[in-house]
Amino acid sequence: MTATRRATDTAILAIVVLAIWQILHRIAGETALPAPAPTMSYLVHLLPSARFAANAAATALAFSFALALAYIIGLAIGVWMGAHRLSGAVGEPILVALYSLPKITLYPVVLLIFGLGISGKVAFGAMHGILPVALLTMGAIRAIPPVYLRAARTLRLSPWQTITTVLLPAALPEVFTGLRIGFTVTLLGVLLGEMFASKLGLGSMIMNAMQLAQSEEMVTVAIVLFVFAAVANAILLWIEHRLHRRA
Amino acid sequence: MTRIGGIRLAVILAMIAALELACRSGLINHRTIIAPSEMASALAALLTSGAVNADIARTLGLILIVIVFSIALGFIAGLAIHALPRLREALDPFFATYYAVPIFIFYPVLIAIFGLSPMPIVVIGVATAVVAMIIATLNGLDRVPRVLTKVARVHRLSRLTTALTLQLPAAAPYLFIGVKLAVSYAFIAVIAAEFILSPAGLGRDIADAYADFNNRRMYALILFLLIVATIVNAALHAFDLRWAERRSGGRQ
Repeated sequence: MTATRRATDTAILAIVVLAIWQILHRIAGETALPAPAPTMSYLVHLLPSARFAANAAATALAFSFALALAYIIGLAIGVWMGAHRLSGAVGEPILVALYSLPKITLYPVVLLIFGLGISGKVAFGAMHGILPVALLTMGAIRAIPPVYLRAARTLRLSPWQTITTVLLPAALPEVFTGLRIGFTVTLLGVLLGEMFASKLGLGSMIMNAMQLAQSEEMVTVAIVLFVFAAVANAILLWIEHRLHRRA
Repeated sequence: MTRIGGIRLAVILAMIAALELACRSGLINHRTIIAPSEMASALAALLTSGAVNADIARTLGLILIVIVFSIALGFIAGLAIHALPRLREALDPFFATYYAVPIFIFYPVLIAIFGLSPMPIVVIGVATAVVAMIIATLNGLDRVPRVLTKVARVHRLSRLTTALTLQLPAAAPYLFIGVKLAVSYAFIAVIAAEFILSPAGLGRDIADAYADFNNRRMYALILFLLIVATIVNAALHAFDLRWAERRSGGRQ
C-alpha cells in the first residue's frame, strides 16, 4: 500500500469521525454535546489557562509516582517469579486472577488505607500497573534460553549482575511490552481515582464540568487525555518494535 | 491436588489468616479494614436479608446485556470489516490504539447525552468490550483455512449460512478469546460506571456505603463482587482448558 493511499484512508476516517460527532451533536443538543468547531476553539482557550495547568500538573505528578511504583514493584515481582520456578508456578494463577478482577471495587479500601489525597490516587494507579508488568516480565524471563544462565554461572556472576547483565537485556523486548501496557492501565487507574474522589486533576475536572453542565470543557479535557494516551502509546509501540527487530 | 496447587492454597489461606489476625489484634484499625470472617458474616446477613437483591439483579443484568451486545455486535462488525480489506487497513491504527486510551473518560459525556439512566452504562460497557470481540473475530477469520471458504463457494452457501455454519465454528477458539475479554471488560466497565455515577446498582451501593462509613456493608458488597468475578473468570478458564483438551484429543 502506498503512503498516499494510507494518508487518504486516515483522512477519510477522521472526516467520518467528525461527521458522526456533528450528527450526535444534532441529536443530543447543545447542552449535552457541543459541536466539533466550538470545542476546538474552546480547546485553544483552555490549554494555556492556569486552571488547566494546575489540574494537568496534579494528574501528571500522581501518574509519575504511580508509574514509578508500578514499574519497580512489577519488575521485582516479575523477575522473582520468572527466575524462581516454584514461586512462579504458585503465584502466576493468583496474579492472573487478580488481573481480571474489576479493581475499581477495591478503590474505597485504597482510600480508607491511603486517604483522599495524592497517595490514594498513586496507590490505585500503581495497583493497576503492577500486574501486567509483573506477568509479562515473568513470561519474558522464563523464555530466556537456559544456556544464558549457565554462561552466567560459569562466569561466576552475582545474582544482581546476572539480573542486570543477562536476564534483563535478554528479556527486554517482552518486558517493554509489559511496561507499555502498564503505562496505559496506570493512567486509567489514576484517572478513575480522580473521577471518583478528588479535588484536583484532569479526571475530577471532567466530573466537575459534567455536574456544572459545561459540556465543552468536559469533552475538551477528555479529548486532551485521549490524544495524550494515543501519542504516548504510539511512541512506546515504536520503541517496542525497534527492540523486537534488534532482538 | 498437585503439590503446587496445595502450596498455592496454603499461601492464600495464610494471607487471609494473617489479615484476620492483624484485624483481630487491632494492628489494623477496624475503621480501615474489617476482619475477613466479619466480611463473610456481613455478606451472609446481607444476602439473607434480601436488601440488595434488586441491585444485584440490576448490576448482573446490565453486565449480561453488555456481554450479549458486545459479542453479537463484535462478531458481526468483525465479519463486515474482514470482508472489506481496505476498511480494515484504515481501521488498523484505530484498533492498535483503542485499549491504550482511557475510553472511560467519555462516560460523563454519555451521561450528558443520555441522562442518568442505564443507557450510558450499557453504551460505555459495550464501547469498552466490543472492540476486543472485533479484534478476536478478525484474528479468528484470518485463520479459517482457505479450503473451507472454497467449499462454501462450491456449495453456493449464502453469506449468512457461510458465517454461521462455517466461519463461526472454524474461528471458534479465537472467538472465545474475544468472549473472555468481553466478559472481563463488561464487569469492569459496568461496575466502574455505577461506582462513579449511577442511580442504582452494586457499584453505587459500595460508593454509598463508603460515604456513610458503613464498613460492614461496604466490605460485604466488595467481597460479593470479587467472588462473582472470580467464579465467572474461573468458569471461563476451566471451559477453555477442557475445550482445548477435546480439540487436541480429537486430532490425535
